[in-house]
Amino acid sequence: MIKELILQAREKANAGLRLNLQEALALYEDNDLLFLADCARRMKEKKSGRQVFYNVNKHINLTNICTSGCPLCAFQKKEGEPGGFVLEETDIAKILEEAKVTRNLGEIHIVSALHPDKPFEYYLNVVKQVRQALPQVDIKAFTPVEIVHFSQMTGKSIKEVLEILQKAGLSSLPGGGAEILSDRVREIICPKKATTVQWIETIKTAHKLGIRTNCTMMYGHIETIEERLQHLFTLRDIQDETGGFQAFVSFPFHPANTGLDYLKRVGSWEDMKMMALSRLILDNVDHIKAFWIMLTMPIAQLALGFGADDLDGTIGEEKIIHAAGANTGRGITRSKLRQLITEAGFEPVERDTFYHPVETGEEAVK
Amino acid sequence: MYSSEEYKEIEKKIFAGERLSREDGIKLFACKDIAWLGNMADYVRQQKCGDIVYYNVNCHVNLTNICTSKCKFCAFGRDKDDKGAYAMDVEDALALVRDASKDPNLAGLHVVSGLHSDWSFEDYLQRLQALHDEFPNLYLKGFTGVEITHFAKISGLSVEQVLRKLQQAGLQAIAGGGAEILSDRVRNELCPNKATAAQWLEVSRTAHKLGIKTNASMLYGHIETLEERVDHLLTLRDLQDETGGIQTFICFPFLPKHTELGKTVQQTSMWDDLRTIAISRLMLDNITNIKAYWVMLTVPVAQIALGFGANDIDGTIHKETILHDAGASSPTALSEDNIIKIIREAGRIPAACDCNFNILRTFAD
Ligand code: SF4
Ligand code: SF4
Repeated sequence: MIKELILQAREKANAGLRLNLQEALALYEDNDLLFLADCARRMKEKKSGRQVFYNVNKHINLTNICTSGCPLCAFQKKEGEPGGFVLEETDIAKILEEAKVTRNLGEIHIVSALHPDKPFEYYLNVVKQVRQALPQVDIKAFTPVEIVHFSQMTGKSIKEVLEILQKAGLSSLPGGGAEILSDRVREIICPKKATTVQWIETIKTAHKLGIRTNCTMMYGHIETIEERLQHLFTLRDIQDETGGFQAFVSFPFHPANTGLDYLKRVGSWEDMKMMALSRLILDNVDHIKAFWIMLTMPIAQLALGFGADDLDGTIGEEKIIHAAGANTGRGITRSKLRQLITEAGFEPVERDTFYHPVETGEEAVK
Repeated sequence: MYSSEEYKEIEKKIFAGERLSREDGIKLFACKDIAWLGNMADYVRQQKCGDIVYYNVNCHVNLTNICTSKCKFCAFGRDKDDKGAYAMDVEDALALVRDASKDPNLAGLHVVSGLHSDWSFEDYLQRLQALHDEFPNLYLKGFTGVEITHFAKISGLSVEQVLRKLQQAGLQAIAGGGAEILSDRVRNELCPNKATAAQWLEVSRTAHKLGIKTNASMLYGHIETLEERVDHLLTLRDLQDETGGIQTFICFPFLPKHTELGKTVQQTSMWDDLRTIAISRLMLDNITNIKAYWVMLTVPVAQIALGFGANDIDGTIHKETILHDAGASSPTALSEDNIIKIIREAGRIPAACDCNFNILRTFAD
């Protein structure tokens, strides 16, 4: 890497200016973690000051039985395989009863596998059922991968599928399944699910319909650094066009129990570096989320010093990532989250899906 | 360059290589900007030690967990008839090391133990001697200021005589544990039965006089105040000004699980761990090496600590027991390959060293 390029990239990062791919690669190579942290922190402060957001949400995974068979995935089961499950209406009703008494529950988060037999109506009915039980709660459901699957199953266009879901009460999309938006990479880690083009088309269509989404990245598997950074630029381009991304979430790849288990989990250094670099590259995305379930809470807390401004929610139960061997706790209380944020010198703000602050009746712990 | 106005003065001092005061130290602990702290510590590390990160391939030998001291923060020490109490005889200790020495890269031993109610100084000495006789090529680091104070007490010898005997039996460096927080208030409350602050310092001072290098440490995150942390660092800095014999400084976050304090004290956060390492690097301007002890910090924190002033990540320990009794969740050993990967990912040069920081092998490319 040429010295001038690194210097130029550092200067731009330091000034909070827009980076190009070559400059991002130079910063990656330069590997000055604390410099990146400092630049990222300043960009974070420009966007959200000293605030750090969290929400009270509940994850529901409807099924883990999947036709896609992605090598990257530890969650999937084949039909008939032990440990496979599908939630039916009564199961969901039970979860919703619990949700009704959760104080300040702001969001239901639904993502699932691509079940071989369940028709689109099944998923649609879940949205209706949730909407009816919890009229005030935001429903963040279905990744573009699932939407594409619905469209293929029904023969309806992506736009039609989204419109039907929106009418039934869907508020936003979680933006998962992006992994790395490169055909070469997807061919190896998830050959059967939505392609790069389909993922992007779904997202853009959602944004046009006024459905906000998150965007994601799964890194640390077989992608090159250039592919990884290019992925961030692809997201930035979409955002320039539509402005529909609310937050970016990155997932380090957990190789345990996947078809790629010969790989090693990248280190925390890499996690923090990617956190800071994504904050700097995605200059048009408001929020960067440190998804503590994936990162572990200590690292998620640290990520607040590397540009993250959202710690995700007080999640009730999460199955997908624990199947992949994440050894984090399965839930966290509001006061513990607030304490972690305050300890890191930030101001905790409870938010709804759209980052509006909500009243908690709680003081920041000193 | 990075800091808010408030820290400009301190930043100037750091760039000028000037010594920080007690007030500066206290102010650093109030700093909310972790990236700035990290940057400052990393700058100093770079100036002082360059890009090499030390690690060692060693085996921990904990001769016994039977201990009369009953320190409140300790999950390792037991009474003789407690469940899980053990005491190695000479053969046990040799067997452990024979097993560990199957690794051709094993470079040395780290020997620390409880203060056994029945053992004499000779009992410890004999085991050390036996290890040295059978494994003359392994370096021997061991015995904390607490153990050595105890040996002097039970043998009637002076600290200097004890140290000379250990040295003759093959000891090359003294372990850094037992310093905890060098404050009588804290020690009276947590570990009233073991070496006082003054005694701990006396052992280090005497060792340095005899040409034995020592490590120093701090156990933080229990009942100490942040001021007491700063004072602890300054006490070590003063000693180092006087003798120059401290090779490396190690921060131990207190792991409350399984100890008497477990109910009242919360475990430190990664945030606290990293700032404490950074501030140690900044305050201890006369100690060359700062160790991020992965067994206690966990591997992820230790790796990031390399960006917060640390230049030593400790070893590929063969069977660590003391801290795992305390509920450390890290693996009990790390392979050398893993350590090299961790260091490389941080963009630094791994170097295997002995207990006196002589480089045995590096992996420069
Ligand atoms: S990643 Fe999603 S689509 Fe792929 S196998 Fe797993 S559950 Fe199915
Ligand atoms: S800390 Fe050391 S001296 Fe104190 S009880 Fe534990 S083993 Fe004994």
